[in-house]
Amino acid sequence: MTKAETLPIRSGDDVVRVRQRVRTLCIEIGLGLVDQTKFVTAASELARNTLDYGGGGDVRAEVVQTGTRKGLRLTFEDEGPGIADIEQALTDHFTSGGGLGLGLGGAKRLSNEFHIESTPGVGTRVTVVRWK
Amino acid sequence: MDRIPILKLGGALIVTIQVDMQDRLAIALEEDLSAMIARTGARGVLIEISALEIVDSFIGRMLVSIAAVSRVLDAETVVAGMRPAVAITLVELGLELTGIRTALNVERGMAIIQSRIAEEGEGHGGDWDRDES
Ligand SMILES: Nc1ncnc2c1ncn2[C@@H]1O[C@H](COP(=O)(O)OP(=O)(O)OP(=O)(O)O)[C@@H](O)[C@H]1O
Ligand SMILES: [Mg+2]
Repeated sequence: MTKAETLPIRSGDDVVRVRQRVRTLCIEIGLGLVDQTKFVTAASELARNTLDYGGGGDVRAEVVQTGTRKGLRLTFEDEGPGIADIEQALTDHFTSGGGLGLGLGGAKRLSNEFHIESTPGVGTRVTVVRWK
Repeated sequence: MDRIPILKLGGALIVTIQVDMQDRLAIALEEDLSAMIARTGARGVLIEISALEIVDSFIGRMLVSIAAVSRVLDAETVVAGMRPAVAITLVELGLELTGIRTALNVERGMAIIQSRIAEEGEGHGGDWDRDES
């Protein structure tokens, strides 16, 4: 069985709460300090994108297990404008909002698994997993 | 609105970031710092971040932006006390702290700024410490 919970991302304070909750869950599945820091940073990037570009949304956090291996899966979802060109959005230093353009590519590098689906006019869903 | 206190010590301005920075606080800090550099003629800005558990692209952009503005105002920015796990993560994130010097701790950070002041002070008489109002 997996354990799942959903957190809202509607304000800057929510982004802070997402970071804190992801940190706690990383510790629960036994990640070391560096891996915790990497995954919390990835979560922070994705939560901020959900807020800034997606117009808000939520994140589902699940502790997953295959065999004896534990992991944490985060699914960020919004019903914002979506991304027309995902490859471009993933390119380092590409930004449409005056950022550094590192969030998506960085979150991918800081996770073990990364998956993005987006439909213009419908929304965006980004899933990341970090395994112990 | 809350603001992050800025301390003046010698020719340097010192800021300790202890909270999870939000957008408005970051913008206010940038404005406060540039105003204070202009007013005091400070030659260095020391930003102490040992309390930060992560540095994401948002905080990174704030640091780079503070450094860029400070440089235009002839002050050098030193970031001190970054946690090792944060430093490792920054590399993988791809964030380069352009124009920013880093130091292990406040003492070393101050040493960098003081040596800059000492070097350049020989040229133009260290007037930074007399014009504080
Ligand atoms: N949830 C989303 N909905 C719509 N567009 C998005 C979403 N997430 C990212 N994007 C688009 O992808 C671009 C790249 O995102 P990325 O996080 O890499 O950079 P950034 O947010 O612009 O800057 P940074 O994260 O470095 O501050 C964004 O500028 C935006 O155009
Ligand atoms: Mg981003």
